[in-house]
Amino acid sequence: MRPSVQEMIAKSNGKKKKKVLEKIIPIILFLIASVSVLTSIGIVLTLIFETITFFTRVPIFDFIFGTTWLPFSNNEAQFGIWPLIIGTLKVTLIAIIVAVPIGISAAIYLSEYASENVRRVVKPVLEVLAGVPTIVYGFFALTFVTPVLQAIYPEIKIFNAISPGIVVGIMIIPMIASLSEDAMSSVPKSIREGALAMGSTKFEVAWKITIPAALSGIVASIVLAVSRAIGETMIVSLAAGSTPRFDGDFTDSIQTMTAYIVQVSKGDAGYGTTIYYSIYAVGFTLFLFTMAMNILAGYVSKRFREEY
Amino acid sequence: MRYIEQQTVVKRMNGRLIANAIFKYIFLAATLLALLALVILLFRIVTQGAGNLSIDFLTNFASRFPDQAGIKAALVGSLWLMMVVAPTSIILGVGSAIYLEEYAKQNRITNFIRMNISNLAGVPSVVFGLLGLTIFVRAMALGNSILAAGFTMSLLILPVIIVASQEAIRAVPGELRDASYGMGATKWQTILKIILPAAIPGILTGSILALSRAIGETAPLIVIGVPVIIQFLPSGVMDTFTALPMQIYDWASRPQQEFQAVAAAGIIVLMAVLLFMNSIAVIIRNKFDKRY
Repeated sequence: MRPSVQEMIAKSNGKKKKKVLEKIIPIILFLIASVSVLTSIGIVLTLIFETITFFTRVPIFDFIFGTTWLPFSNNEAQFGIWPLIIGTLKVTLIAIIVAVPIGISAAIYLSEYASENVRRVVKPVLEVLAGVPTIVYGFFALTFVTPVLQAIYPEIKIFNAISPGIVVGIMIIPMIASLSEDAMSSVPKSIREGALAMGSTKFEVAWKITIPAALSGIVASIVLAVSRAIGETMIVSLAAGSTPRFDGDFTDSIQTMTAYIVQVSKGDAGYGTTIYYSIYAVGFTLFLFTMAMNILAGYVSKRFREEY
Repeated sequence: MRYIEQQTVVKRMNGRLIANAIFKYIFLAATLLALLALVILLFRIVTQGAGNLSIDFLTNFASRFPDQAGIKAALVGSLWLMMVVAPTSIILGVGSAIYLEEYAKQNRITNFIRMNISNLAGVPSVVFGLLGLTIFVRAMALGNSILAAGFTMSLLILPVIIVASQEAIRAVPGELRDASYGMGATKWQTILKIILPAAIPGILTGSILALSRAIGETAPLIVIGVPVIIQFLPSGVMDTFTALPMQIYDWASRPQQEFQAVAAAGIIVLMAVLLFMNSIAVIIRNKFDKRY
């Protein structure tokens, strides 16, 4: 005869193993979940400690205010971070000039004009664009965009800030387009239809209704894209060169913070040398820049959100 | 009372309609421009690299001579890397997601973990490389092994997997859970036998997309010190290795023109691997996309 339900329950409750399991599992899962926190702590501590070691050899004042970056000089090594920051900002500026108009226009088109069929085709293609590895973009910048630019304007050197800037811009278009489109799509239909019923054209709805209502999301998407552009490594390592310079020249070889870290890692800067520690100081600076952008993006999208 | 004058309306309306039409095409053109960039990029790489693709290219080791250079060590190295990254990142990612969705109470610690995950997603990959160099390569003395690189990559894609898994778990309807509890199942039984099976398609799709990001990522590998010219295949996770993007980077940064074509051929292989992984993700998504 099969056991009755009462018997089954009694048997099941008698199992100690099950009760122990129910207590242990949450603890194990909590420990797993804390790995991501430990990662952040690890990143911050690593950067801080190695940067402090760096500052015992190079005065912090020289690093923050210096305008010459000459790490490989044997007797006159100088570690002023500004040339690397300027290089990073040059590439980021070009990227934003390329990506913001195109990205936001694409977002407006997708959310206001495009039919459902067009969206179904365009959005996955944009996702593909976002999934292309950055090394591929770097190769594209070096072997296609730079020669094209040189054909148009022969003064541009092989390594320059414009070509990687344009390609970083292409890389962040999907990010701006898709995040801005999300923000625009979440503007309630009733507002939009109200404006249309009053006789507005679609462009007027986009310009005067959707964009103002979605502005916090759009600005946040741009700020996040800036953060991505600042942290982008492979495109600039391949196409921007390795000449840290403190000037406003976009057509000649530059060096960004990320490209410097790659340059040192690629060579054999022995463990414990000042150059070895300098990549942590540069990495820390880079980390602060991107972190500031991410926090700003979060603040903008929370503080200025329009609630309906 | 003033009536609306028909003529003014017609005059103004024309201008507004023209502006509407013009901007519609400007927005369309911008969208097409982004798509065009992708087309040019793919077209250029295929025309540059197709000539170098051959069986020899897949079975040769790296070489000083462009016509003998092959991608075998890098291809096998990337597969080894994935064998470390996939289990590590999926166990950590899904475990974290289960904790956050099912067990975590609404308190400061949980909020902190959530905020931390979204911040971690914004950290540049090169900084993860610095973390890997300090913790895994030096402190844990793993050297530039597959294990060190795999752990670093796992942490890099962890936020993506956590967020994707959280969404998949959240999408499991509450009735299933209630029914399971109603039948007398415990919380862990419900999670293991009801929620996870229902969430697995979403989790797998997100994980495969995250893994394809790890395959294409170069910067952390360079910082860890993964070498390029390797003439042997790894035989265990403690061996040194090279990976597809490293190999491509090395070829692309050489001055000789011939190596550009080799780099393009390497990119075709990399993109083919990514395409394969993405197709699997799409198939899983379509096949198991149950509606409750």
